[in-house]
Formats: sequence, structure tokens, C-alpha cells
Amino acid sequence: MAVRKNQATLTAKEKRDFVNAVLELKRAGGYDDFVSTHDSFIKSDSDDGPRTAHHAPSFLPWHRRFLLQFEQALQGVNPDVTLPYWDWTADRTPTASLWGSDFLGGDGRRSDGQVTTGAFAFSGGKWPLKVSPDNRTFLRRAMGRGVAELPTRAEVNSVLALPDYDAAPWNGSSEGFRNNLEGWRGVNLHNRVHVWVGGLMLTGMSPNDPVFWLHHCFVDKLWAEWQSRHPGQGYLPADSTDNVVALGDAMKPWNDTTPADMLDHTGHYTYDTGF
Amino acid sequence: MSESSRGSDLTRRRMLQGAAVALTAAAGTALIGLTGPTDRPAAAAGLAGSDEFDEVYQGRRIQGRPVTDGAAAGHHHGGGYAVLIDGRPLHMMRNSDGTWISVVNHYQTFTTPRGLARAAVNELQGATLV
Repeated sequence: MAVRKNQATLTAKEKRDFVNAVLELKRAGGYDDFVSTHDSFIKSDSDDGPRTAHHAPSFLPWHRRFLLQFEQALQGVNPDVTLPYWDWTADRTPTASLWGSDFLGGDGRRSDGQVTTGAFAFSGGKWPLKVSPDNRTFLRRAMGRGVAELPTRAEVNSVLALPDYDAAPWNGSSEGFRNNLEGWRGVNLHNRVHVWVGGLMLTGMSPNDPVFWLHHCFVDKLWAEWQSRHPGQGYLPADSTDNVVALGDAMKPWNDTTPADMLDHTGHYTYDTGF
Repeated sequence: MSESSRGSDLTRRRMLQGAAVALTAAAGTALIGLTGPTDRPAAAAGLAGSDEFDEVYQGRRIQGRPVTDGAAAGHHHGGGYAVLIDGRPLHMMRNSDGTWISVVNHYQTFTTPRGLARAAVNELQGATLV
């Protein structure tokens, strides 16, 4: 069984294997399909229309399925690789080892936001952006400038304490765990992390920054944690509801996976620890 | 300096309700059908005082206008509004609480389309929307 680990605990070889698998997927052409898929859902998901991947109850199962597909693509390159997660309540500064030149590279430079260290720096020639909101082709970050602080452990615990998975009107104005985790309401967890990293992570093409996967892996872990703390609660809505994906509805773009299929991750992978 | 004093064209013509005109973007890349204030009451109320703008911000021309749903730009669903940066459309949408997000600033919300457009200009740092 694959074990997803905290990135802070990875060995040098594990970091190298992950980075090299990502680079190979990019070189072979598969990586940018993930960027395009994410962007197409960003552009079509809205509070008052059909919504699947964002502003919606299926935010969590959709991204779980999306991450599984990505992890399987990496494993096609190197079967030893699993997605690491970034616990941003613990590793909260631009000097964390996550951003080292042996892993994801560091913050963007002041002049133009360009990441200049690590394997994803434009100068290395292996990470040209193909799907971008504008005509720049280099990875950008601007850590801590859009918002000063990453979410704290206490804030995460306050969201994990919410008993209901989601609530009508099933969008960005909902009460409940999902929307407080996604971040359109409340202390703002997931959205805030995108803004804290800045650059491409601010955009609909956020998977251009490999930290997208480590961030969403932690979000996925928090969903699993919420499930373990609220065993009597389940995915909502259970029944067919306009514009959103109910428990037994197939999710686009796969059309073969429902939220119900994604509730138990342990058939696919486990996490190294609880939160 | 007020928000509007930088504007290069501060006319706030009210289009006749129901009349549609076409705004041809500078490079001819976008055709967006324009009407007067949107017929959706909530949206109209939220846009009061900021429903149109045309200004130069950080050297970039930013324009914002209400549009009919299903206008030529196609993907401007939900908001009834379009923003151009140097003539190119910024993909944007309106949230149920009246705030705005764009493809450039997707994970943070802005209270007005003008604020959204200025934030996109700040992020673009001179780059061109594609």
C-alpha cells in the first residue's frame, strides 16, 4: 500500500525521485493536461451555475480523484513515488526545506516574481509554462505578499470541528466543513494557501506550480481527518440537487467516479500520520 | 488621488436599456455585446456607482462594462460583466455574495470589477493576457 508522507520527512532520494518524475511527466507532455483540466473547471465552476471542482460539495472528492490520476501518472514514471503533503501549519516560511533547491525551489525574485532556484526555475530549461493566463512562460511565486500568514493549527482544528460536511446552497456561501476548508467562508484555509504562495498559485492554472499537489494532498488529508473525527457524518448532498454533484452522481471529466467512490481513500493510499 | 482621476476616458454614458452595441477591442480580439445595467436586480444593485469604467492604471488600459449573458465573449457567465485589459478579455465571474474573482486572482475575492481589474494588472507586471 502506498503511503503518502509529510514532505518535511522525505529523504534526499525521495525528494529526487518525486522531482524527477514530475519533470519527466512534463517532458513527455502529460503534465500540462492536468493544468488545462484544472483551468477548465476553474472557468466553468460558479456559485450560481453547474459546479464540480470548486465552490461545490464535490471540491474534495473531485480533487481526490484528480490527485490520484496525477499520482498514477507519476508512478508510470517511477512506481516508488507517492504524493507528499505540505503541512502548511508547520512549515510556514519561505525558508522551509520544502522550498530548497533540492526540492521545489524557492520564492520568486522581487523584480518579476520568477523562481530562480531548483529544478523548476525557468533557466533550467525543464519547466516552461505551456498553459498560462498570460504570455510569461516562467514559474512565479510571491510568498507572503498577497496574505501575510498561512493558516494555523488552531484554525485548522476549528474547521475540523465543524460537524456538517456541507449545506445548502452548496456553493461558496455555504456553512459547513467543505466551504470552510475550501475557504470562501470562515478562517479560510485552502484559498489562503494559494494566495500566500502567490504567482501561478493565484491563478486558475495553479497546477503549473508543483506545490499545488503538495498543498492539495494536505487538503485531502484534512478531509480524511474530518471523516475520522465525525464518523456519523457523510458527504452531502446525498440526493440529487440542481447544479451540484450528489453522493451518487458521476463527476466530470471522468464520468466514471462518484463522490461515494472517493469517500474511503485507504484502498488507494494511506497517510503516514494523523493531523 | 481618487480612483477615477487617473482615467483616460471618464464618460459614464448610460446605454439605453435593451440597446446593444459592440465594443471592438483594440486588437480586434474581442467583441462583447453591451447593454445597459443588467436586468438582474441583485447584480444591478451591487454594481451601483461602479458599473462602468475606462481608465489607465499602471500604464494599462482597463475597461469594465455590464454585458448581456451569452455575449460574444462567451465565457463571461454568471457575472453579467466584462473586463478588458488593453483590449483583451479577463476571464471573471461573480460570487453569490456579490464579490468577484478572475482567472488571474482566482482564490481571493474583490468587491468591484475595477478592483479585480487593477489586481490583475498588478499581477501581470506588463505581461499580456492570452
